[in-house]
Amino acid sequence: MVRERRAARESRRAREFEAFVAGAGGRLLHAATLLTGEPRGDTAAAERLLTTALARTYARWDRLRGEDPYDHTRRALAALFAHRSHRYRRPRGGLLARLTPQERLVLVLRLYEGIAEEQTAAALGLPVERVRAVCTRAVTAMRSAARRRDATGTSPSTGRRATTGTAKVAP
Amino acid sequence: MSFPDRKETEVRRMMELEGPHPALPPDLAGRAAERGHRILLRHRALRTIGWLLLLAAVVAFAVWAAIVEPWTAPPPTDTTPPLEGW
Repeated sequence: MVRERRAARESRRAREFEAFVAGAGGRLLHAATLLTGEPRGDTAAAERLLTTALARTYARWDRLRGEDPYDHTRRALAALFAHRSHRYRRPRGGLLARLTPQERLVLVLRLYEGIAEEQTAAALGLPVERVRAVCTRAVTAMRSAARRRDATGTSPSTGRRATTGTAKVAP
Repeated sequence: MSFPDRKETEVRRMMELEGPHPALPPDLAGRAAERGHRILLRHRALRTIGWLLLLAAVVAFAVWAAIVEPWTAPPPTDTTPPLEGW
């Protein structure tokens, strides 16, 4: 009786979890790729990070109590990345590769995920002023990098080609 | 309260227009579910061990109390030594 109920719960959890990953996995993997600073097409570290975060969400699935599994996974992802950020210092050629791990984390949470400054600060355990300062610095760095890219001959609309170009110069 | 900033919007566009989301490996959900399941089993095992330890402690105390019956010992009477030499 107890065993049957547990089996039913497990199969329901597996089904719901699979549907959740099918729906939100792409966006989460994109966020993870921005965090690790990997180029498109080589997302091995981001996949590892996301798998660990998703495993935590799966373990928590029955006790989420109405909390959005996407929010939970994103929080796990941010915490894991903050904990292991020293591994991602080396530039890997992705869009945010020039930034420090902390700048990437703040930029992804604040701008890519659109989380408010206060909540970002609370999630990272930093003062709000610090989050604002890091965000401003990262935005300035990204814009000046984009301007440099544009100045080297490619138009803004084909900025992606320029990114792969710089990646080739510094592998 | 923050308001949408032109520069921030520009960088957000850069991140969003990087292209479509990267392709999810087909087995990623399965691997994550398997690891999550192992986490659950580990938590369950730890909880069981904790309950068993608590049960063992309660049984041990009950047996000790039943054998020694500490409440039947007479209360100590002469706790203070007699005061002399004043």
